[in-house]
Amino acid sequence: MSRLAPRRQLPVIAWLTLVWVLLWGTWSWANLLSGILVSLIVLAVLPLPAVTEGRRVRPLALLRLIAYVARDLVVSSVEVSRLALSPGPRVTSAVLAVRLQTRSDLILTVVAEALSLVPGSVIVEIDSPTGTLYVHVLGVRDAEGAERFRARALHLEHLIRRALPAMTREKEAA
Amino acid sequence: MTTFFDALAGLLVLTGCLLTLLAGVGLVRFPDVLSRMHAATKPQTLGLLCVVAGAGIRLHRSVDVWMLVLVAAFQLVTAPVSGHLVARMAYRTRHVRSDLLVADELRPDLEAAGIEPGPGRRPPRRGRQG
Repeated sequence: MSRLAPRRQLPVIAWLTLVWVLLWGTWSWANLLSGILVSLIVLAVLPLPAVTEGRRVRPLALLRLIAYVARDLVVSSVEVSRLALSPGPRVTSAVLAVRLQTRSDLILTVVAEALSLVPGSVIVEIDSPTGTLYVHVLGVRDAEGAERFRARALHLEHLIRRALPAMTREKEAA
Repeated sequence: MTTFFDALAGLLVLTGCLLTLLAGVGLVRFPDVLSRMHAATKPQTLGLLCVVAGAGIRLHRSVDVWMLVLVAAFQLVTAPVSGHLVARMAYRTRHVRSDLLVADELRPDLEAAGIEPGPGRRPPRRGRQG
């Protein structure tokens, strides 16, 4: 596990300091300086592994992604609640393998995180070398429902890759 | 105007409570661990966001609002992780009602990788259990 290069530590320090200032709830120079000090101590005591990929953020695509996930969150929350209340036979589900196009660990992580956030899908297993997510999907009744979910997951991946494009050409498996 | 914001805050808090209640109902009614994870980790995420938003509107002049922002952010980041870990454990220890799965694309791949899911393979338990 290689340590983060000093230049790469800056965003981490900024984030930790922000959390520190938010925890205090008030803005002051003392809070800012103590926050930076605490972040430096945290990074020295608990070093993070380096994220090797350089990625940019496209603000507009990111907003589109957030809007999509937020809508999904509401729609599927209602759906899971409906399944919880609906009488009748036991709800069926499926464990589906979704093979993503990307081989990037960062994209894989973000897709997994976004999928898990949305009700109705839980990540059971991840195979990073092949970029495959194994997802438990609630309320799948047949093969058609399974394909619908796969298409949704791939669309999500598409949105995430648009929002976080690689600085250089993305490594793709041939 | 304050009446409006009070009403909005109340509505958000009540919606959040309702979603959390429905999550509890799902926890009791869903048949196995994997299905229950959906109820336990999800509607409650949106429910918590609603409660936090409602509380934020009521407390908008207090310094505690920033704490609420952190609560929401960390909930969004951590809920998927815990959900994944419990689901992975449940699958590998065979706490899955395979009779209620219409497809299982993980089992063949796991077996191909030489991983036999779980020692405690047993027939599905009937009826509701706590």
